Amino acid sequence: MSATSAATPPQERTTAAAGRPGDPHRRGSTLLRHLAVVVVAGLLLLGVSYVVEPFRNFQLATVAAYLCATAGLTVLTGLNGQLSLGHGALMATGAYTVAFCQNAFYDRGVTGGSLLLVSLAAAIVATVAVGAVVGVAAARLRGPYLAGVTLAVAVVVPALTVTFDGVFNGEQGLSVPVEPPPLALGAYFPYERWQLWIAGAATLLTLLLLANLVRSRYGRTFRAVRDDEVAARLAGIHVARTQVLAFVVSAATAGLGGALLAVLAQSVSPGAFGLTLSLFLLMAVVIGGLGRLAGAFWGAVLLVALPDLSHSVTEQLTLSAAAAQRLEGNLPLAIFGITLVVVMLVAPGGVQGLLSRLGRALLARLRAGRS
Amino acid sequence: MDRFVFLTLDGLSRGAVYAAFALALVLIWRAARVVNFAQGAMAVAAAYVAYSVATATGSYWLGFVVALVGGLLLGALVDRAVMRHVDHTSPLNPVIVALGLVLLIQAVLGMVYGSEFRPAEAPFSRGAFTVGGLAVLSPYDLFVFGAVTVVVCALAWIFARTAVGLRMRAAAFAPEVSRLLGVNVGGMLTLGWALASGVGALAAMLVIPTELGLHPHAMDLVFVSSFTAAVVGGLDSPPGAVVGGLIVGLLLSYVSGYAGSDLTPLAVLVLLLAVLLVRPGGLFAPVAARRV
Amino acid sequence: MSPMHRTARRGLAIASTIVLLIATAACGDDGGSGSSRGNVPGVTDTEILVGTHMPLTGPAAAGYSKIAPATKAYFDYVNANGGVHGRKINYKIMDDGYNPANTQQVVRQLVLQDKVFAILNGLGTPTHTGVLDFLKTNRVPDLFVASGSRSWDQPEKYPGTFGFNPDYTVEGKILAQHVKTAMPGRKVCFLGQDDDFGRDSLAGVEKIFGADGVAVKQTYVTSNTNVAPQIGAFKAAGCQVVVLATVPGFTALSIGTAARLGFKPQWVVSNVGADHPTLSKQLGEAAPLLEGMIGGNYLPMQNDTANPWIQLFTRINKEHNGNAEFDGNTVYGMSVGYLFVQALLAAGKDLTREGLLEAVGKGGFQGPGLVPLRFSADDHSGYGGERLTRVSGGVQSYFGPAYETDEADGAVNEYTVTPVQPPANGVPTGN
Repeated sequence: MSATSAATPPQERTTAAAGRPGDPHRRGSTLLRHLAVVVVAGLLLLGVSYVVEPFRNFQLATVAAYLCATAGLTVLTGLNGQLSLGHGALMATGAYTVAFCQNAFYDRGVTGGSLLLVSLAAAIVATVAVGAVVGVAAARLRGPYLAGVTLAVAVVVPALTVTFDGVFNGEQGLSVPVEPPPLALGAYFPYERWQLWIAGAATLLTLLLLANLVRSRYGRTFRAVRDDEVAARLAGIHVARTQVLAFVVSAATAGLGGALLAVLAQSVSPGAFGLTLSLFLLMAVVIGGLGRLAGAFWGAVLLVALPDLSHSVTEQLTLSAAAAQRLEGNLPLAIFGITLVVVMLVAPGGVQGLLSRLGRALLARLRAGRS
Repeated sequence: MDRFVFLTLDGLSRGAVYAAFALALVLIWRAARVVNFAQGAMAVAAAYVAYSVATATGSYWLGFVVALVGGLLLGALVDRAVMRHVDHTSPLNPVIVALGLVLLIQAVLGMVYGSEFRPAEAPFSRGAFTVGGLAVLSPYDLFVFGAVTVVVCALAWIFARTAVGLRMRAAAFAPEVSRLLGVNVGGMLTLGWALASGVGALAAMLVIPTELGLHPHAMDLVFVSSFTAAVVGGLDSPPGAVVGGLIVGLLLSYVSGYAGSDLTPLAVLVLLLAVLLVRPGGLFAPVAARRV
Repeated sequence: MSPMHRTARRGLAIASTIVLLIATAACGDDGGSGSSRGNVPGVTDTEILVGTHMPLTGPAAAGYSKIAPATKAYFDYVNANGGVHGRKINYKIMDDGYNPANTQQVVRQLVLQDKVFAILNGLGTPTHTGVLDFLKTNRVPDLFVASGSRSWDQPEKYPGTFGFNPDYTVEGKILAQHVKTAMPGRKVCFLGQDDDFGRDSLAGVEKIFGADGVAVKQTYVTSNTNVAPQIGAFKAAGCQVVVLATVPGFTALSIGTAARLGFKPQWVVSNVGADHPTLSKQLGEAAPLLEGMIGGNYLPMQNDTANPWIQLFTRINKEHNGNAEFDGNTVYGMSVGYLFVQALLAAGKDLTREGLLEAVGKGGFQGPGLVPLRFSADDHSGYGGERLTRVSGGVQSYFGPAYETDEADGAVNEYTVTPVQPPANGVPTGN
């Protein structure tokens, strides 16, 4: 088996092969359609930010930040077939860049709302550079060998912050000064709502760009390389260049995701970006449903909601002091682990695959009912 | 010079354990094309069982045997109960299942044994013999070398010389043909998982007494080093795993000794890149036509 | 599948999720504890809700996971005795696995969702550093942080944050002073964790010996469990005294590694990694290697059954903590609880966040500690000194006087005030 086609979800492959008869004329309006979805989602999010309480706003903002990273990883792993265990390190790159920029502005007394944009852009640029280097190495490697190198990257980046603690301040990390919401919004504008706006806007924009990329010529070359390298090469596709490009795109979004996390937390430290994060990101995209951006969304939601949810479940149990001490912390992890295993056994296409199946079944039934 | 000898011996004894653990990863990769991320957690579970038996009976060796048997059984169980039912069309699925198992096993161990470190006894003295004022190997180090050598030779013999080994190889490399020839492919797969898990349990029993002690996360770092070792050697090659393990052990020892402990992750990355950019399939990859 | 359907479904999926999230949020709303008086979060006429973040799982959980349950047990004891000004203390413990990203989530949940009155004894330097700004903006009292970092003592920048542990530099000075006076002329070496713990501790040691006074300085990282290269270097250099700024796991590992290399220096260990029950449990049969180890501490020794504080804490541990194994972490957790109850009492019946901070800032708390707490308006660091311990005959006990000093160039002085006795019923009365 070709290790490159590693990450192909079965359904995606059949869809791509089957083509889509009946709507050739709609192709031109892809951008508009995506734009419409993003605008609707943005408006919904805006509404939600006023309805829910601050903590939920913060959680949604965190979902948005993770979504940046999982969406990029979906493009890399799901669409281009490259496995990365090192996306946590790329997020760290973005996060530290934002910290450096914001501190530099802050130290020089430069203030202004648009500075955050500059910092976020710098984070993306820095991560693109790192991603390009890793991507060039990755393009030569397949399957577990690629996993090995990216795993080493995931371990190295947090370790570097300790080695060069003069710059990164070691384990303790750096604080990220962020301006309060603009006064125009009112003196008592909840900070968490503002955070959701920032993270939500950045993420929706990212998703819009990614969705168009996926539908574009580049998206098709990504998939072609994933499905069959030889065929892709015969069709005139430069395989290595395509793989590096996919890695760079994915790195850029991971960097933005990390930068947003740093902005949300107002701090950055290596412990938050360890190997665990990289592994959890991978779990998230696979559980969400590999190969679709919607799957990345479910993955990001699960990353934030599942620990919280299983904690709430365990809180409902009344236990003796001794038993509670043993179960506390461990029971949520056990529930999380079982969920992972069960979802993979029951729905190998992930949450999104399951939803698609349900949706198709529903549609079929509706059609059958109508005729 | 003394320091070099010291660091070399220390690195080799550490590397021998990485080698054994990498060998376990290679066994499963060859049998099932799965990188078993749950290997570390499974091995720790076996070591905890050994701990319970050894404390109850007072016999280290009874615990040791129980750990190996427990490892074998756990491997078979994981294959039969979970891995067999995973959709293998995407090789990422078993990886995610393995990660789920890691969380589950570590959480269950935490619930049963608590998150404290438990002392892990070594069956032989860990005090080093001194030769001319220089501390060299300890009896325990010799035991580690001996145990790893026995396992490597035993596996080599099983795969090269026995009928069951031949069937396992056949089932791994040409499952359809093997099935037609009457090989119980599913059974061979389970046997592969059991063997690998048993070797993993042995590695855990060897390495945990040299580390912080018994803990649900005791093998996390060993897993990372051993996975690196397996990748450096080539995941398809058992001799590669052994050589890779020794290389990684030496590298970690030299870098901590001469440059500083904080630089070891960087050294590992450099090693991986240096090896893989020249040989993308690891040191011992068959020099085959370019795989696409 | 047509792209139109796909888009529609994607939109539908997003919309349905958001509806779902709103629904959960709405459900979550009534989970928070309502405040009867409206303006003080987490305080009602019958209850005070306090939260903490601790590693209950993961590699850092060893030992530390016992602290918060011990604090909770002390609160339960106080609650059973009528509470504080008629209010029962409800202590909510959140697991962050020592991961700063998780700390962000759980602390926000405690503050924004559960509306806790204060955060108490949040554990860890990297974890807690990340939430300082958040707690400050939300004006949440952030009391008795469980780490010896100097970051908690910044009254101007973080007026609501107070430390608890003696800072690592203070400790380093006291340990080094003892080495200098009791073992003059010995070759002193240092092994520290490669972070602020090791760095600040070394700074303290060097304040006594001078930068050149420490012969060999080595560091370790928690992600590399082989310390043989470092210990080998000490042996090669002929070190006679090794000061360890190590967590318990690495104290045991260092001492074990040294023994197998045939290297037997005098060990002088930070209180972070000097708890004898923890170490001997980890070393198992090799526990006799700890004989002669010198450490620092500032709370009563858990094996000192004649000490009235230990008697009190042992009783509470039996009644309210499921008789969990009693060690230094238990004593620590209960001491934190005692201090917090003192602070609550001092803040008066009309409990407010400002009132609590003001009361802590006034200082003057007398409790189980052997050295004074330094709290004042312009000092937010915790205990200001330590007393030395030695393991002898398998028992760790105090020797010599207690010392106090500062983190700057001040001298190391003896502290001669005798510790107070606990109140008869074990619950502090207002001071």
